[in-house]
Amino acid sequence: MRTLLLAIALVPALSIAQSRLPSVTLQTMDGKKVDTKTWSNGGNPMIINFWATWCAPCKRELTAISEKYAAWQKETGVKLIAVSIDDARSMARVAPYVNGQDWDYEFVLDPNGDLKRALNVNNIPHTFLVNGKGEIVYQHNNYEPGDENELYQKVKEAAGK
Amino acid sequence: MRPSLRSFLVAALLLPTLAYSQVTPEVHGNFSADGQYYNDDPDIGAVPPPQQFGANAWGNVIFSMGNFQAGLRLESYEPALLGYPAGQPYKGTGIGYRFISYKLADLEVTAGNFYEQFGQGLILRSYEERYLGVDNAMDGVRVKYKPVQGVYLKGVIGRQRLGFDDGAKKGEGLVRGMDAEVSISELDSAWTRSWNLIVGGSFVSKYQASQTQIVTLPNDSSYSLILPENVGAWSGRINFTSPHWNLYSEYAYKINDPNSKNNYIYKAGQGLLVNATYSTKGLGVSVGAHSYDNMFFQSQRNAPTPFDLNINYLVPLTKQHTYNLPATLYPYATQPNGEVSYQAEVFYKFKKGSFLGGKYGTKIALNGCTAMGLDSTAIDLSTDSTRTGYRSSLFAADMSMEGKYFTDLNVELRKRISEHWELALSYLYLEYDIDVIQGKPGKPLVYADIVILEGLHSFNDRTSLRFELQHLNTKQDQGNWATAVAELTFSPHWFLAAQDQYNYVTFSDSFLQDGKTPVAPQRLHYPIGSVGYIRGGNRFQVNYGRQRAGIFCVGGVCRQVPAANGLTVSITSTF
Repeated sequence: MRTLLLAIALVPALSIAQSRLPSVTLQTMDGKKVDTKTWSNGGNPMIINFWATWCAPCKRELTAISEKYAAWQKETGVKLIAVSIDDARSMARVAPYVNGQDWDYEFVLDPNGDLKRALNVNNIPHTFLVNGKGEIVYQHNNYEPGDENELYQKVKEAAGK
Repeated sequence: MRPSLRSFLVAALLLPTLAYSQVTPEVHGNFSADGQYYNDDPDIGAVPPPQQFGANAWGNVIFSMGNFQAGLRLESYEPALLGYPAGQPYKGTGIGYRFISYKLADLEVTAGNFYEQFGQGLILRSYEERYLGVDNAMDGVRVKYKPVQGVYLKGVIGRQRLGFDDGAKKGEGLVRGMDAEVSISELDSAWTRSWNLIVGGSFVSKYQASQTQIVTLPNDSSYSLILPENVGAWSGRINFTSPHWNLYSEYAYKINDPNSKNNYIYKAGQGLLVNATYSTKGLGVSVGAHSYDNMFFQSQRNAPTPFDLNINYLVPLTKQHTYNLPATLYPYATQPNGEVSYQAEVFYKFKKGSFLGGKYGTKIALNGCTAMGLDSTAIDLSTDSTRTGYRSSLFAADMSMEGKYFTDLNVELRKRISEHWELALSYLYLEYDIDVIQGKPGKPLVYADIVILEGLHSFNDRTSLRFELQHLNTKQDQGNWATAVAELTFSPHWFLAAQDQYNYVTFSDSFLQDGKTPVAPQRLHYPIGSVGYIRGGNRFQVNYGRQRAGIFCVGGVCRQVPAANGLTVSITSTF
């Protein structure tokens, strides 16, 4: 372990914590591959939200945000990308489910948990906020009604509003 | 620390700094731990381990720099929580997972541990469900290559994790696999149509040295089998997508694979799944069907449990419930040796302002699923020199009562009724073959009705109360259950929750256990209280009380959790 610490100390300008989105290949809803590195929102903030069709608090969070999403977008240009970690079992339910909810987010599938592991997500819901420069500026685990207000505060800060 | 590992770490951390000094290196990871202090509680059958305490902990560290990544996970089970993991025991502290990977343009190479899945996993899926204790990580090499846009190739080789003893242990069987996928719309950069077609195919083979296997025939004579050392399997899949439609089908075939789970028969295995969904704003419909026959595929013929060394993953079609009673009392688990299953689901939103939608809209979800055994004709093993065991066809279900494994019909209505109130009402009807699914021989089929009311009230922007009232009614197994949950949340940091489960069995003085013997009902309460604190990527939670024995499932794999009484502390953190 000492060697590990020493090695870490020797690496110059080492950043502890993830500052940018890693490059991971995910699936879009129409079966195409997409590299997370290419995600951008034209200089506006992006919310990356991990959820699944079997996760009740996740669905409460996405429902709560959906009621305010149009206003958030208008004010800050923010975009929410909902990353479903539904695996082979339930990934086919994602499209009918999200349409049934009438949600307007961008959806991607992470059935093998690759982005979940790369971003060190333990459990869901887990939300990351990426600013216009592509830096991760905020994250939040769990969902409690009202958490969307704090998230939106951070979105506004990230958008400079 | 072993010298080889130390050099690995030093190399992992220092090498990239030389070549890519212009890129800022990053170290990030997560930590999660669950510790439980156990009380003795004979009423619910909770027996503490000799240590009185159990603790599972995981710490992940990923080092990344440009296209280079190295990661490792330390795991600690001192000792493991009761009933954990699902398969072979985990004990001690050590390294459970480590890898290095590199990406160069269209090539990606990983050495060490990795998780991978071909298609929906009918012949290969290595994955981790930490809270279940299912981890069949590969340890070897993986190469992914994209020769042109729209063509994706993968090759893997390695051995799989089997248990943990101061470090991950591996099974002896070797797994080799390759997969190719072509996405038509990505092939052609000028593609303008809104539909896409994706076709894929995989080949997977396992190797395990031959060993002596003596089998006894029904006529009491015994002989030694000649076991195949290399067992191959292939699969093909097709996926059509359009803005409203998604059609997916995958077929898999496995050559003879005599193993302890199929009684060492030489029959080939097969699986076919079909799924179709249609959706448009406000409406989603999904239908699915599948059939599996002799599809246990483990990298060791005599794998110690059905949870260990699985090469493939057989998707169950049943809905994964989120409410406690349906999720943990009678969940379904796939039967790899033979099953036929059908599923249909509809989601619909009645629009705001419509008659049924009211001021805020109303959401409805309808779901139905059934699983049956496969109809098979036994072939007498004492006269059949090829030892194929039985004859069967995919989708030819056993329609008798013995063949009925599972039925779940459920409906959920969800509606916001005012600015401060939201309600959800659910009803479920279950038929559950506890003998086949939970391995409790001789127990009769369970018929259960479940009603659940959930309410969410927000006092203001930060404070809200959520409650659940659940009731399960059945004359079989453990009889009736009632559950009440109340959860008070103070966004964004705190929550308080209290839950009681009451197994009151029946209101009368006796209960016909399994429909046969009358017994005096034991009426037991399982109260539990929780408090939690969340800050950014950190979460702390403390629970105290009784936990019911039950089945804990994630992704269709379930593990039995014994009854417990005590104090649990959980921490998760992401950095």
